[in-house]
Amino acid sequence: MTLSYHLQVVNLLAALLLLISFAMLSQRRIVGLITLFAWQGAALATSTAIVAWSTGQHHLYWSAALTLALKVIAMPWFFFRLVRKLDVEREVETMINIPTTMLIGIALVIFSFNLALPISQMSGTVTRSTLGIAMACVLLAFLMMITRRKAITQVLGFLSMENGLFFAATSASYGMPLVVEMGVALDVLVGVFVLGIFFFQIRETFDSLDLKHMEKLKER
Amino acid sequence: MEIYWVLGIPLFGGLFLALSGNRSNAPEINALFSFLTLVAAAVLTVRIVAEGPMMAGDSWFFIDSFNVFLVALTAFVAFTTSLFSRPYMRIEKEHGRLNDKRLRLYHSSYQIFIGAMLLALTTNNMGILWVSMEAATLATVLLVSLYRTPASLEAAWKYFILCGVGIAQALFGTILLYFAAEKVLGAGGNALLWTHLNAVKDQLEPTVLQLAFVFLLVGYGTKVGLAPLHNWLPDAHAEGPTPVSAVLSGLLLNVALYAVMRSKVLVDGALGNNMAGGLMMGFGLLSVVVAAFLIKRQTDVKRMFAYSSIEHMGLVTFAFGMGGPVASFAGLLHMTMHSLTKSAIFFAVGHATQSAGTQLMDGIRGLIRTNPTIGWGLMLGTLAILGMPPFGVFASEFLIITTAMHEHPWATPFLLTALGVAFASIFGKVQPMVFGETELPRLPHQPALTPVFMHLGLVLMLGLFIPPYLADWYRQAAALLGG
Repeated sequence: MTLSYHLQVVNLLAALLLLISFAMLSQRRIVGLITLFAWQGAALATSTAIVAWSTGQHHLYWSAALTLALKVIAMPWFFFRLVRKLDVEREVETMINIPTTMLIGIALVIFSFNLALPISQMSGTVTRSTLGIAMACVLLAFLMMITRRKAITQVLGFLSMENGLFFAATSASYGMPLVVEMGVALDVLVGVFVLGIFFFQIRETFDSLDLKHMEKLKER
Repeated sequence: MEIYWVLGIPLFGGLFLALSGNRSNAPEINALFSFLTLVAAAVLTVRIVAEGPMMAGDSWFFIDSFNVFLVALTAFVAFTTSLFSRPYMRIEKEHGRLNDKRLRLYHSSYQIFIGAMLLALTTNNMGILWVSMEAATLATVLLVSLYRTPASLEAAWKYFILCGVGIAQALFGTILLYFAAEKVLGAGGNALLWTHLNAVKDQLEPTVLQLAFVFLLVGYGTKVGLAPLHNWLPDAHAEGPTPVSAVLSGLLLNVALYAVMRSKVLVDGALGNNMAGGLMMGFGLLSVVVAAFLIKRQTDVKRMFAYSSIEHMGLVTFAFGMGGPVASFAGLLHMTMHSLTKSAIFFAVGHATQSAGTQLMDGIRGLIRTNPTIGWGLMLGTLAILGMPPFGVFASEFLIITTAMHEHPWATPFLLTALGVAFASIFGKVQPMVFGETELPRLPHQPALTPVFMHLGLVLMLGLFIPPYLADWYRQAAALLGG
């Protein structure tokens, strides 16, 4: 009985995750996007912790703690500092067509639910029904990376994709082996710092973080 | 035991050079660390050849003929590249394109990059394989943008984002693999160990593995540079410093293909058909054709040879996709030949662009007069990579094409046309660079051409005569690939 109660909370959080993905897709302000990214991490960490508690998979606590430390606290803090230092706090993206993006997003959700159906039938986890949502989050993050023109927003899309993948791992097989999760988290952390350096280089050279300056290398 | 040295030396080297890399002899220290890695790799190789496959460190590492061959190749090319980069980077510094701080970053990242690739090759865990592939990418992002020119920043950004997205697909593939494995092997760290998976591969759920392989192939295939996922590759190769182009092209692409092959062995076992091979043949053939026709349009010499790398990796992927003992043997041989030849070409091209002051082929003329050794190195390297006998590339390409004629005759016209187009365009462009009229100055420093001729000598030797123990070794490795 308690299991189904927990399950409902996990399902609620999964729905929240999907909602945040859509919100990120439509958010034009960079600062707002970082906040949403932190909330997405928080939803992910909470749902992982609840799955850990209700199924007795103790290594998932570590995974939840990692998500909380990195994606809710460290990275948003780092990004807020970065936008302040780069002085792009008030920047908005004007190029995106939100209604069309949303419609494509809905199509992607339907597609990923269909794709996930055969796999989740094979899965033995109690959380298998959320696999479709996890895949939808991955694809929506991908869509965000395609539609955005700014360096920081593309990276946030990339990290949000990572969130979706972690959620997929949790719902399909109660996460990956701990050492792999640690390794992935380390890579993501190093990657964000490398990009931090990189943003300053871009900014120094182009005087802006807009990727429209970076379309010179093409096949002619 | 040797395995810890192989992995420990480059990682320690990376740390050491990061902390104290400002000294003027940092290039020599870099070469020294690479040399020590090579010695450790050689000892490991001798042991594997004598004693057969082994596990180390509580089945964390698994080394058999297939990966030890790549470990040896990686350590060797890493060492010769570090020799080449010594005078090359000094000249770059004199030209004012680099300073001490960036050289420190370069040396440290170089060692970490080599260490990450060696970890990817030796680990037994498919998850750690993913982690180290991503680490190898991260180590080279800042190297591609080392010159801080607008074009190099754009190239590095493209490299990071495209490979990042690609490798995220591979992570999803790994998750699916774990999902299938966990049902058979139980949850926990053991379920991603390749040796364990290989033992039970016929019990893994075929539909899940099929999906997993598609994601793994797309993910790691992005790093191999398979068309249509190759966009990052020419930019990263052309805009980064030449030693980085040499190791990216000669080593990183191989390691990514290694990851695909490890997955293919598992999927073949689970499916019992050649779905994985068919996909690899398709991607491989497409890469060969697309790259050959793009080579024709290039004006930048490093970009042209980057496309040539895509072409050759496509050929190797195609060979592995065909499967069978001969094709796998040819694929492994071609991998070796391509690594050695292409890095030699990049060494020669690096010095040629330094003396001409441009990467545009129109600006590089008459190398044979001003810098005869560079000219000959570039000419011989080009002939070798184009598959002229008696170089080794001829032998491997010949084997691949004859096998294709025999087993998949429909593919032969595509392969032959593409190789012909690539030959005509590359030869036509390199010829005036070497033999044309010129007033270019000589280089201020003695160029490091020992590595070029060392590599070409090896390629020539392997083309004329493959020592029996080496052939045996390749055959063993080919058998592991399901040949």
